[in-house]
Amino acid sequence: MANFYTDNPDLKHHLTHPMMEKIVALKERDYADAANYDYAPINYADAMDNYDKVLEIVGDICAGVIAGNAEGVDHEGPTVKDGRVTYASGTQQNLDVCRKAGLMGMAMPRRLGGLNFPITPYIMAADIVSRADTGFENLWGLQDCAETLYEFGSEDQKQRYIPRVCKGETMSMDLTEPDAGSDLQSVMLKATKKEDGTWVLNGVKRFITNGDSDIHLVLARSEEGTTDGRGLSMFVYDKRNGGVNVRRIENKMGIKGSPTCELVYKNAPAELVGDTRMGLIKYVMALMNGARLGIAAQSVGVSELAYREALQYARERKQFGKAIINFPAVAEILSVMKAKLDGSRSLLYETARYVDLYKALEDIAKERSLTPDERKACKQYRKLADALTPMAKGIGSEYCNQNAYDCIQIHGGSGFMKDYACERIYRDARITSIYEGTTQLQVVAAIRHVTTGTYMTLINGYDAQDVRAELQPLKDKLRAMTEKYQAAVARVAEVNDQKLTDFMARRLVEMAANVVMGYLLLLDAQRNESFTTTAGVYNKMADAEVAKHADFISNFDPAQLSLYDVQ
Amino acid sequence: MSLNIIVLAKQVPDTRNVGKDAMKADGTINRAALPAIFNPEDLNALEQALRLKDENPGSKVYVLTMGLPRAAEVVREAMYRGADGGVVLTDRALGGADTLATSYSLAQAVKKFGKYDIILGGRQAIDGDTAQVGPQIAEKLGIPQVTYAEEILDLKDGKVTVKRRLENGVETVKAPLPCVVTVNGSAAECRPRNAQRLMKFKYAVSDSEKKGLQPEIAELVENRPYLNIKEWGAAFVEADPEQIGLAGSPTKVKNVENVVFTAKENLCLDGGNDAQLEDLVKELIANHTIG
Repeated sequence: MANFYTDNPDLKHHLTHPMMEKIVALKERDYADAANYDYAPINYADAMDNYDKVLEIVGDICAGVIAGNAEGVDHEGPTVKDGRVTYASGTQQNLDVCRKAGLMGMAMPRRLGGLNFPITPYIMAADIVSRADTGFENLWGLQDCAETLYEFGSEDQKQRYIPRVCKGETMSMDLTEPDAGSDLQSVMLKATKKEDGTWVLNGVKRFITNGDSDIHLVLARSEEGTTDGRGLSMFVYDKRNGGVNVRRIENKMGIKGSPTCELVYKNAPAELVGDTRMGLIKYVMALMNGARLGIAAQSVGVSELAYREALQYARERKQFGKAIINFPAVAEILSVMKAKLDGSRSLLYETARYVDLYKALEDIAKERSLTPDERKACKQYRKLADALTPMAKGIGSEYCNQNAYDCIQIHGGSGFMKDYACERIYRDARITSIYEGTTQLQVVAAIRHVTTGTYMTLINGYDAQDVRAELQPLKDKLRAMTEKYQAAVARVAEVNDQKLTDFMARRLVEMAANVVMGYLLLLDAQRNESFTTTAGVYNKMADAEVAKHADFISNFDPAQLSLYDVQ
Repeated sequence: MSLNIIVLAKQVPDTRNVGKDAMKADGTINRAALPAIFNPEDLNALEQALRLKDENPGSKVYVLTMGLPRAAEVVREAMYRGADGGVVLTDRALGGADTLATSYSLAQAVKKFGKYDIILGGRQAIDGDTAQVGPQIAEKLGIPQVTYAEEILDLKDGKVTVKRRLENGVETVKAPLPCVVTVNGSAAECRPRNAQRLMKFKYAVSDSEKKGLQPEIAELVENRPYLNIKEWGAAFVEADPEQIGLAGSPTKVKNVENVVFTAKENLCLDGGNDAQLEDLVKELIANHTIG
C-alpha cells in the first residue's frame, strides 16, 4: 500500500532530531499523563513510536484517499446555496476519513480530547496532507485555530469548544475585509456589547478560508470611534447560533477545493476571547504565527509533490533515444528542485522545534512559575521561533512556486496541458507566497532579526557543531558566505537610511536564509549521509545566490534608490 | 439494543501484488516474498460490524482468527479500527487444515464465545479464494447464512436485513439472528486506524507474544486487561482431533501450476469513432472481459 509517510525517509529523519527528546519531555510533563490516559506515552521511546505510527495513518490516508480525490476536488469545487457551503464530494470524504482516524485537534491536550502532539509531528502531518491535496491542507490545518482558543480563551470556552474541534468540527479565522487585507488595523466589522453583557457582530468579511466553518475566530472592532489596531478584539462565533451567512464563494486560480467565502454578519451573537483591545496586537499575531508555520508546511508539501511529479516524468519521458533525466540540463533542474525542497523542509522543522520549545514552556507556566533559567530559555526559544517563522514561510513558499514552475518545465508541452497534475500544482502553489502575509510582509517581520543579529546567533550555533572531514569544505564555504552576509548587513547599516534598509531587506533576508538552510542541510548530512548530495547542491546554489546579493549591495550607491521611484 | 458481534478474519499473504518470486519451484507460496495482510474482504466485514456497533451503543465486536501466533496482528489491526478485542485460534494440531477442518475448528471456537448475535466475515480470502469457510461455519453451528452481503440495511426485532450483491443485480433478504453474513468486496471500505485507539492498543499481545517484552511494557500489559489478546488451542475449544488439521481435511492438493496469462487476440480499430468504441465495450462486456 502506498504511504506518503513511509515512502519518504526524510520525514523520519526530521522527526527523530535529537532536540525532540527535550521537546517531548516538556510537552508530556515527564510522562505524567500515562497514569490518567490509556493512550498517553510512558516514556520518550513510546511517545516517538506514537508519532511514527500516527504519521503512518496520515500517510496511509493521504496516499489512499486524499491524493486520489485531489483532481476531482479541483474540478468540482465547493458550492454555496442559501448562505451555506457544500464541499466538493471528495473534500467531504477527506474530512470524514480524517475524523474517523482521529486526526483533528492533534496538538490539543488530552483533557480536551486531543492527542497532545508537539507542533513538530503535527506540522509533519500538514506537510504530508499538503502533498496529497494542497487545498485540503487548508481545511484540515485550520484546527490550528484551536491553539489560539487554548492559549487565550477562558477555561469555560476551552471546555466548550476545543473538544468539538477534536471530534472533527472545522474552524475558520475571520480576519480579512474588503479594505483590510495586509493592513488588519483597518478592520471595521463591528462588535457591539448589549445591555446583558453579551456581544453581537455586524459587518462583512472577505476571503475567509472555510468561511462556513462550525467555529469561527473573528477579529472585530469593539471600541467605537477607534480606527487602529488597539480598538480590535477577538471573538468566537458558533455557527449553531446563526447570524452569519456566506454571500458568495470566490472563483480562485488554485486550492479550489478550499471554499473562500464572503461573509455577512447580521447581529451574530459572539463571545469575547480574552481581553478587549488585545485582538490584533496579541491574539491575531499569535494566530498568524501558527498559520504561517502551517503555510510553510503546506509549501514544503507542494514542493515535495512537484519534485516527485517532475522526477517521475523525467525518468519516463524519452527524447533523442533516452530518458530526459539523462540530459544534464534536466538533471540540474531536478537536483536544484530537490535541494530547495530539502532546504525548506529542514528550515520548517527547525522552526517547528523552537515553536514547540517555547510553547511547551509557556504552557507549563500556566501550571507553575518557571525557574529563572526556564524563563530565560523560553524567551530565547520564542525569539528564535519568531525569527525562523517568517523565513520558513517566506522562502519556503517562494521555493515551492519555483519548484512548481520547474515541474511544468520538465513536462514541456505536456505540462501546459490540463492532462497532468503539474498544472494543478502550479495553480495551488501560487497562493502560498500571498496569504497569511505576502513574502514582502514576511521580509518585514524577518528583517529585524537580520539587524538585531538573531540569525547570526543561530548561524554561530550551527557553526560550533563538528562535522566529518568530508563535509568540511561545505562548512568552509558556509563560513565564507556568512562573512559576505555580515558585510552586506554592515554596509546597509552604515548608511543608516530606513528607505535603503527596506529596499535591501529581501536580499538580506534571502542571504540569511541561504546560510541558515545551508548549515541545516550540512548538519542533516552529518547526522544522515543520505543528505550529503543535497547539502552539496544547496551549498553551490546558496553560494551563487549570496554572491549575487552581496555584489548588488556592495555596488549600490544609495543615491540610485531614486531609480526605483515608480510613480 | 447491544449486540455481541463476531468478525471472522484471516491473515493472508498479499496476493494482489505478486512478483516473480511469489511461488517457489515446488508450486507452494513463497510467504517470505509476500507481506502478511488483513484479508481485504474481512476488512469490509469489520466495517459492517463497526457500523452495527455505532448504531447499537454498548455492542461489542470481537475478532476471531485462526492461524499462526503472529495472526494476533490481525486482532490488533481490528482493535485500531474499532474492535473491542479478539481471539487467535492457534495450535500445531490445527495446521494443514482445508476449509472443512477450518470451519469446524472456527465453529468450535465460536461456541466458546457464549452468546452472540451475528457473525460477519469476508466472502472469501485472497489466498484460497474458496468462499467456503463462512457458509460451512453457519452449517456447523446450525444457523442461517447470508452470502455476498454488500450492506447491512437494518437489524432489529431479532432479524437482519441485508443487501446482497449478485452477478446480475442486488437482492434484499431478511434473516433471523443469530446468523452468519459473508461480506463482498463491493461493500463500504473499512474505516482507517484511529490515532487514539492505535496508541491505546499498540501493546496488545497474545500469550505467545509476551515472551521477551521489555519490563515496562510487560507491566503495562499486566495492568491493562484490554492489552491481552486471547489465544485458544484445539483442546480449549474442545475440538475432535479427527476433525481438525490434516487429519480432518479430505481435500488433497494434487498439483499447483503457475499460469501466466498472455494476450492471444488483438483487434485494431481504425478511426476509433464513438460508435465503434461503444460496440467494442459491448463486446467486452458480453464476453466478460470487463464488467
